[in-house]
Amino acid sequence: MSTLNPTAGTLAGHGHGDGHSHGAHHNPGFISKYIFSTDHKVIGIQFLITTLLMLFVGGGLALGVRWQLAFPWRELPIFGRLIFGSQGAGISPEFYTMMFTMHATVMIFLVIIPILAGAFGNFLIPLQIGADDMAFPVLNMLSYWFMWPAIFLFGASFFVEGGAAAGGWTSYPPLSDIQQAAPASGMGQTLWLLAVTFVGVSSMMGSVNYMTTIINMRAPGLTLFRLPMTIWGMFITAILQAFALPVLTAAGFMLVFDRLLGTTFFVPGGLVVNNAAPTVGGGQALLWQHLFWFYSHPAVYIMLLPAMGMVSDILACFSRKPLFGYRPMVYSMAAIAGLGFIVWGHHMFTSGMNPALGMTFMVSTMMIALPSAVKTFNWLGTMWGGNIQFTVPMINAIAFVSMFVVGGLSGIWMASVPTDIYFHDTYYIVAHFHYVLFGATLFGVFGSIQFWFPKMFGRMMSERLGKLHFILTFIGFNGTFFPMHLLGIAGFPRRLADPYQYPVFEHLRPLNQGMTYFAILMGFAQFILLFNFFYSMFKGKKAGRNPWNANGLEWTAPSPPGHGNFESVPVVYRGPYEYASPLVEADYLMQTTFVAHEDRHIDPDQIAHHA
Amino acid sequence: MNRFWCLFFVASAVLAVVFFYIGPACGWWFPGVAASPLGQQIDDLFYLILAITGVTFIGVHAVLGYILWKFSGKEGKRSDFQHGSHTLEVVWSIVPAGVLLFIALYQMDVWAAFRMKSRFDQEALANPIAEVTARQFEWRIRYPAPGKVLQDTPQPDDLYTVNDLHAPAGKPVVIKLRSEDVLHSFFLPHLRVKQDAVPGLVIPVWFEANEPKAYDLVCAELCGWGHYKMRGQLTAQPQADFDAYMKKLKETQFDDGFKEAADE
Ligand code: HEM
Ligand SMILES: [Cu+2]
Repeated sequence: MSTLNPTAGTLAGHGHGDGHSHGAHHNPGFISKYIFSTDHKVIGIQFLITTLLMLFVGGGLALGVRWQLAFPWRELPIFGRLIFGSQGAGISPEFYTMMFTMHATVMIFLVIIPILAGAFGNFLIPLQIGADDMAFPVLNMLSYWFMWPAIFLFGASFFVEGGAAAGGWTSYPPLSDIQQAAPASGMGQTLWLLAVTFVGVSSMMGSVNYMTTIINMRAPGLTLFRLPMTIWGMFITAILQAFALPVLTAAGFMLVFDRLLGTTFFVPGGLVVNNAAPTVGGGQALLWQHLFWFYSHPAVYIMLLPAMGMVSDILACFSRKPLFGYRPMVYSMAAIAGLGFIVWGHHMFTSGMNPALGMTFMVSTMMIALPSAVKTFNWLGTMWGGNIQFTVPMINAIAFVSMFVVGGLSGIWMASVPTDIYFHDTYYIVAHFHYVLFGATLFGVFGSIQFWFPKMFGRMMSERLGKLHFILTFIGFNGTFFPMHLLGIAGFPRRLADPYQYPVFEHLRPLNQGMTYFAILMGFAQFILLFNFFYSMFKGKKAGRNPWNANGLEWTAPSPPGHGNFESVPVVYRGPYEYASPLVEADYLMQTTFVAHEDRHIDPDQIAHHA
Repeated sequence: MNRFWCLFFVASAVLAVVFFYIGPACGWWFPGVAASPLGQQIDDLFYLILAITGVTFIGVHAVLGYILWKFSGKEGKRSDFQHGSHTLEVVWSIVPAGVLLFIALYQMDVWAAFRMKSRFDQEALANPIAEVTARQFEWRIRYPAPGKVLQDTPQPDDLYTVNDLHAPAGKPVVIKLRSEDVLHSFFLPHLRVKQDAVPGLVIPVWFEANEPKAYDLVCAELCGWGHYKMRGQLTAQPQADFDAYMKKLKETQFDDGFKEAADE
């Protein structure tokens, strides 16, 4: 690689392929251009379209769950007869457990994680750091194609005997360990574990690639503290993946061994489950929970930090104002990531682990709320004194901030162990993580799609449709999820096929029915997004290079950028947030614009040599 | 149109507050005041955190609303060219840190009271009223014979029920929680008690029901397809009634059907 230490001199030409096909001019055929492409932009768009489609799969499953909670055992409209014709067309309790398990699985492993790292990470990293592609383009292509065995296995698991996995996305043993524990603990669970391993491999390939690319391939002048927050988010996420994922992968294999090879990592001896032969050996069920959350707590930040980065970019751009507290933003993101590794036990307060350990996890969890608060205040600071433009990306970003506050605050109740005794495994938890994962991350993603769409396809998405989609989604979202806080306070447990069996919860049925109507509204609103996306791809207003008057490097490239991205290697003079700079008349100042009388402390050529 | 967005976000925040405000009146709230002293402490903590987070929520959204109103875009206007403020960063790091630290320290005691064995009522701990064993999909309860102490291994004169746990009211009692197969969770919503049942572990759980009353016992940890129907009941009774119940239980359980025939 000639690109490890790029200097303006060596990169002055177009591309710099020495043995790399991606820098050279050639016209690849259809297959290598659009299917097995090694171009990061194509891979990013492949990830985006795949994950958007998966969003509908996951959403469909969620509506099934909501139907059952509103009208337990009542005939499921449209699909009921198809799936449960033999049992009165209502959802069976087995299928109910499958639905919420696979809903979470699809949303986490096939939507949120790959849409952030896979779609936006791929598309934006090279463009925002001024590189012509990723460090390892073939690895990058493989990371996309490793998603497909996972999608296929998850899908196929619905058709094997016993059906798809039904032990929750957390797959706690012994339920997920002993084949006889539930119909779905057979083949379906094994396929689930295999599929999660594939997703893990895919993420890992991305992670290695992103770290290498961001460290080595920044344009001349692009120091670490001139990186956009999006890149910081992607970079820190990649590090989190690299350290956390191996633990999940190993734990997954241990569970597979327990299931297929007769080891007993996670089951104690002498258990008789559903009349199966008693287990032998001496494992520990809690071990899985520790290993699982050691990955999955950092993973919730994997599902958030890139969105935080993208939203920071959007907020600064449409406030037409520099990002408030750039360094505190970077440091707090790093703090979240670091602390994220020592809080996993907050998912286990009632699990029976040592209560003294519970206290330490409580303290670290309280502390992780701090950088989240700091970020929120800095976002408000960014908008304060700005000249706010309410574009679709901006309103989605504002929703991100507002919803993140709700999710962060509900976290405090759960971090406090005594209240968590009551809230654990109730709808309070469900409210919490939907506010952070949907309210924050997904609104951030909706905003980002609209924001970077012109760069992806050279056309604008419709603002009107975008606003309509936003309003309906926002109303549907809050109508569905806000009442969950109250359900949680009422003690309403999650994962029950028919909570109204319990007289204490009987009176919550009408509320649940109302929530289901909002969920249906929200589901239908997503077709507006789909339509806007595909319609604008062909019929949208043509976009220039920099339709939003933004500062980042990606906006210096053509829309859409050709193979190799930039006509000439960009040279960077400043950070990406110099909006309203007094140096220039326009209210934005691109990273690449040279200003003669600017007081620059660092000479870009010098930086290039030290990059 | 710009004002619209300010109103939109402010209205949603106001609705959120209203929802919490009307929740109790609509029955969307705790299932009654906590029916146990520990539960009362948990509720107090809940309301304290509600106050803190409520103020934060309203504060942040008031500021957000102000921003969206005041700084909404105008043609020809230019933003402040400002990159941050060291003072503000310090203030908004220290203040939340202090508040969070306060919550962290403040609640430790309740947690210790719930889970630290040294803080249990020692007499109750020495004389658990029952062993509760969860299995798919029921609660099996094993009481020691009246006047005896619960042993780790089943005794010939132990008494058994299913899904029907009785306990004396008005004093702390301890049960030993176990699982025979997968994970379950022993959840008494009215008493604010929750503890997972883990195969391989025997976990002592204490609770105290203020009122002699029947309370729901809910399984709160996914345990398979029939999880939803794993429903039990806790009946708290005055000590005398409880003793009578145990006696009756013993009689029915060891009734061999011959006694009455012999009397005739
Ligand atoms: C402000 C900081 C936060 C705090 C203090 C916090 C605290 C907690 C605690 C204590 C739990 C466990 C509750 C229980 O199961 O009893 C939890 C669950 C969860 N949190 Fe957070 N959280 C925070 C932010 C986030 C963020 C930013 C995300 C994701 C982007 C997130 C995602 C989740 C998820 C997915 C679960 C539930 C997993 C499950 O049980 O299925 N949290 N949180
Ligand atoms: Cu967590």
